[in-house]
Amino acid sequence: MSAHQVERICHDNGLLRFFTCGSVDDGKSTLIGRLLYDTKAILADTLTAIERTSQKRGMGAVDLSLLTDGLQAEREQGITIDVAYRYFSTGTRKYIIADAPGHEQYTRNMVTAASTANLAIILIDARKGVLTQTRRHSKLASLVGIPHLVVAVNKMDLVDYSQEAYEKIKADYLEFAAKVGIDDVRFIPLSALNGDMIVERGDALSWYDGPTLLEILENAPAAHTEHDEPFRFPVQFVCRPQDSANPELHDYRGFMGRVESGTIKVGDAVTVLPNGRESTVKAIQIGGVDIDEAIHEQSVTLLLADEIDTSRGDMIVKSDEAPAVVKEIRATVCWLAENPLDRARTYLIRHTTRDSKAKLTAIEHRLDVNTLENLPADKLAMNDIAVVNFKLAQPLFVDPYKDNRATGAFIVIDESNNNTVGAGMIL
Amino acid sequence: MTAPSALAAGNAKTLSHLDWLEAEAIHIMREVAGQCSNPVLLFSGGKDSICMLRIAEKAFRPGKFPFPLMHIDTGHNYKEVVDFRDYRAAQLGERLIVRSVEDSMKRGTVVLKHEGESRNKHQSVTLLEAIEEFGFDCCIGGARRDEEKARAKERIMSFRDEFGQWDPKNQRPELWNLYNARSHKGENIRAFPISNWTEMDVWQYIEREGLELPSIYFAHKRPVVIRQGAIVPVNVPLATGELTNLPKAGEEIVELQVRFRTVGDISCTAPVESDADTLDKIVLETATTTITERGATRLDDQTSEASMEQRKKEGYF
Repeated sequence: MSAHQVERICHDNGLLRFFTCGSVDDGKSTLIGRLLYDTKAILADTLTAIERTSQKRGMGAVDLSLLTDGLQAEREQGITIDVAYRYFSTGTRKYIIADAPGHEQYTRNMVTAASTANLAIILIDARKGVLTQTRRHSKLASLVGIPHLVVAVNKMDLVDYSQEAYEKIKADYLEFAAKVGIDDVRFIPLSALNGDMIVERGDALSWYDGPTLLEILENAPAAHTEHDEPFRFPVQFVCRPQDSANPELHDYRGFMGRVESGTIKVGDAVTVLPNGRESTVKAIQIGGVDIDEAIHEQSVTLLLADEIDTSRGDMIVKSDEAPAVVKEIRATVCWLAENPLDRARTYLIRHTTRDSKAKLTAIEHRLDVNTLENLPADKLAMNDIAVVNFKLAQPLFVDPYKDNRATGAFIVIDESNNNTVGAGMIL
Repeated sequence: MTAPSALAAGNAKTLSHLDWLEAEAIHIMREVAGQCSNPVLLFSGGKDSICMLRIAEKAFRPGKFPFPLMHIDTGHNYKEVVDFRDYRAAQLGERLIVRSVEDSMKRGTVVLKHEGESRNKHQSVTLLEAIEEFGFDCCIGGARRDEEKARAKERIMSFRDEFGQWDPKNQRPELWNLYNARSHKGENIRAFPISNWTEMDVWQYIEREGLELPSIYFAHKRPVVIRQGAIVPVNVPLATGELTNLPKAGEEIVELQVRFRTVGDISCTAPVESDADTLDKIVLETATTTITERGATRLDDQTSEASMEQRKKEGYF
């Protein structure tokens, strides 16, 4: 980032989280390395280190993929085994990249990376076109509700920057996308190796008149959704500073949480779930300082006009837009653990700030991520995706995942070792 | 404290990047408070942990913090930073626990290879001893993923076994903002609310919030020697008045205008040459620097490319 760009930080265009996925040799690490390098996020000493490693491995040019090579075990195996997070900034916008590995067995990592992203870059090798893995990654991205997909046809340098090759891949992809219901998708030809159409346009792709990859990123909406969502405020913590020396605080009862969706203003009528008591918002604060309104993703403290017994796990909503209160859920679940799902066992489901014991009641079908067919199934192993039903000990306050990511998502926890073993999206 | 800054330009429904990062960090701290029974916040007096205290204020005021502060003191910390640590904790009216590597040395649980060995990595032992002494089930720390390669894959809630070990192959998947901070007795969680912040974000936040800092973050004159290309501060006075980091025979002491980008154990943090004596100038310098924070200033991470990963496996933060 240049000094000039720092001065422009007053035009803060927010923060965009995106992730990249592709098959093993699609050049994903090179693409990320190129983005970091061309936006000047790589500093001299890091560059020197990867130059040294590139030479040691007998490579002519600097291997930008080394920038994202993280852990010792991976360096030894030469593959990426876990989601890594990278950062860069253009001066107007900050970016968080989730780098998800492309290997067959790592569906769980892709789902993890996608869960916090608002845009996905799906890499296709221009020589190979749309592959099974491309279809699988696209399906997973759409399943996890990524609102914007960018299909990057990489390695254009290896097909002589042929427009024909690019158009063919685009047509193939669109045909597939229509079938699985992906509608917001953009295409871009590029060469991560040479840096064409990433940050700079380069000279080789003059037939392409669309935006560069960075321009697409700069202009993508930063928010997960552009339409109005109902107000959802799961209570994380209750602040009662009774023993404070300040007598004004004796009756202070602040409900602390993050606005997971929607907005809230002082004076709005609200309902506290599960008890259903109604009140109005008396004050909204951050760190004890009043503000008038809080928006999606803001962490605040709400004070209500009436004294209502409320604790962590409750949810404050606007009275006229309450979510469903359910004791059974139907959901798409991705199994994340080495131990398969055990139908006889009770698991813990964590949904917003609320936990409930849960038992599987049915597996409707399993998704074959390669053929995208629904198959009958009676068990769930690691990386499986299936539509299942759970019975709950406690009610949850839910919206369908497609309508609301925060109140439609849950994780499954195995209480014996406390591992997170499943990720669920309510249907 | 000031009210939150304006929302992102051109879009009334999106937070600015600093507001987003702050909101995320507040959310993570409150998850720790809500999920863990006995957490602690690690506070060293350094810039990252100074941001963490502001975030804790925004998360929990007008209440008290639902956790004490703790510093693992190597006994080789800059006096300005240790003084600031005590000053800031008192100013906030929060409880500060200090546990020292020197006490672990007296107990015989830390044994230095030689007297001059850096005590930085030995902090892990003292930290684990303190965790056991107080029964902490979660330590909240100010580590950032942009600091170092091994941190890029670190979870926000990072699970450690009863030996305090981090196993990179056995980390819990972390999805959406549904954090799993559960642990059994003896195990614990390390929580990193500013995981997604970069060095630049930290400085911008300090500037925006008008946070006080120890003086050594600003440009000042100091005696140093140039050792293997790095600027090494010498004759540094400890809180006891004793001088540490004495120059080696034959080294020439020069006085340079320097500031610290990162602050830690005296034996392993080096300053950079700088004339940035205001926050404004530091932000500008951070934007135009060509060397990474650790590359320039952490002598301990240069030992091997995998040195941070190794230390984390051994229980380091």
